[in-house]
Amino acid sequence: MSKYVIVGASAAGIGAVEAIREVDPIGTITVISEEPCPQYSRPMISDLVSGKADFEKMKCRDDQFWQKNDVQALTGRTAVSLNLADKYVALYKGDLVNFEKLLIATGGKPFVPKIEGADKDGVFTFTTLSDAESLAAKIETAKSAVVIGAGLIGVSVTEALIKRGLKVTMVELKDKILSLILDAKASEMVESIIRKAGVTIATGQTVQRILGKPEDDNVVGGAVLTNGEQVQCDLVIIAIGVIPRMELISGTDVKTNRGIIVDRFMRTNVSDVYASGDVAEAYDFVFGENRLLPLWPLAQLEGKVAGYNMAGKKADYPGGTAMSALKYFDIPIISVGIANPKEDDAYEILTTHDPENNLYKKIVLKDNVIVGITLVNEIENAGILFHLMKNCAKVKKFKQELLSENFSLATLPRSLRKKLYPGEYK
Amino acid sequence: MGCGLCEVYCTVQHSKSKDVIKAYNRENPRPISRIKLEVNKPVSFAIQCRHCEDAPCVTACLSGAMQKDEETGLVTHDPEKCMGCWTCIMVCPYGAIKMDASGKVVSKCDLCSELDVPACVANCPNGALVYKEVKP
Repeated sequence: MSKYVIVGASAAGIGAVEAIREVDPIGTITVISEEPCPQYSRPMISDLVSGKADFEKMKCRDDQFWQKNDVQALTGRTAVSLNLADKYVALYKGDLVNFEKLLIATGGKPFVPKIEGADKDGVFTFTTLSDAESLAAKIETAKSAVVIGAGLIGVSVTEALIKRGLKVTMVELKDKILSLILDAKASEMVESIIRKAGVTIATGQTVQRILGKPEDDNVVGGAVLTNGEQVQCDLVIIAIGVIPRMELISGTDVKTNRGIIVDRFMRTNVSDVYASGDVAEAYDFVFGENRLLPLWPLAQLEGKVAGYNMAGKKADYPGGTAMSALKYFDIPIISVGIANPKEDDAYEILTTHDPENNLYKKIVLKDNVIVGITLVNEIENAGILFHLMKNCAKVKKFKQELLSENFSLATLPRSLRKKLYPGEYK
Repeated sequence: MGCGLCEVYCTVQHSKSKDVIKAYNRENPRPISRIKLEVNKPVSFAIQCRHCEDAPCVTACLSGAMQKDEETGLVTHDPEKCMGCWTCIMVCPYGAIKMDASGKVVSKCDLCSELDVPACVANCPNGALVYKEVKP
């Protein structure tokens, strides 16, 4: 019997362990993870492929993390089922782990569409360390790759492959790259930079069939796009996105929509059962409803909130929203909230664009409250803007200043500064 | 009064040479100041990392480079671990985290941990910057 059982040891699991230990130094914690060394940063797997980071650098907590937090870490073990009546998690090969409080932090798994030939040697997904290691092992002998999906994961792996000297074709079903987080203008700017780096980008396309090599049909030799075009390649990386890993709760009373539904305390509908991270559908403060937001910082925050509540310290999740910072192809980008508002009078859009310096900034307002931020190449005020956004601050009086390069905390009216930064006026 | 000396002394303190002329004219790239003077006359103040109790940058950090030191209360940044993802820049409510001069990692106030009093405070001519410990 363990007081706290956490299934999954990535961002949300780690956040929960740290929060529990802040409140409860002695209650037993058991963490179950499929991965042998789970405390690494998944967003860094592209750095492993590019050669920028080794595994040591990717560890986001040190080797003593579990020990220091007095955690029984069942690494390399898989949780296969859940019994809510008797309160235990069953592991592969029979062991049962009883719990008082359970956190489901099983994360996401790559979405893999049905593609003919996807079982060939040389087809990869790109989510875990093991995906990255398998891909890295093939790079020495590969000359070219097709990346399916031009979202965050697709762009990150594309950059890594380019750095390793491969010829890359990025295939995207939507009519533009990074379509979920950028508007047409920003996407076009980034697209042109990525093309200049030597990447071929095919939008409005996907891969309908993966071909074998003439000498061995079981090994990837090419890909056929929906328009019939045939691209020669040695590798295919499926980077479309992740979907919640909900196998563990299938057949139980835990309520789901697209992910596990949680309240502001990260509780599911079943008492003593919590969920956090990519598997959970948590509150989005821009949309005012629960949404899937598979993002590392939110997973860590959700895990932390779950941990506090599990250990008896009331904490509520302030809510997250789509928020991404990008470093790829040497063009820093930050995108928060709504990038592509519906054509609607309710939204007001402020932009500045300096094509010579590849600079683009956009703010989306609704009722004089920031609901979207896009910053390309000048990102350093992002945090202040995000703080205004999270606090639903009315920006009417100074909205013309928001995108100015001189915008700073000093721009805010004193009364607002006092309200949003109370610590400064103690 | 917005003299900007805090920025100068911060830059020098975080330079290789610790010499103002060399730091400004010869070091390439020139180290950045980790404190930022913000002016909107008549208001002016200097902003640097607040070493927040519940620091958003630590929770959001993708690589584990940003950590809260439990003993000292400092928010520490390890450039060796930093992957330059800019997530901390996105979440810092003070805008106190910057890209460093290399453009590869971030940089922020370390309270001049090797000095007794941070360089910006020691050299503020008007006593506007004060260094004291407060209980959270």
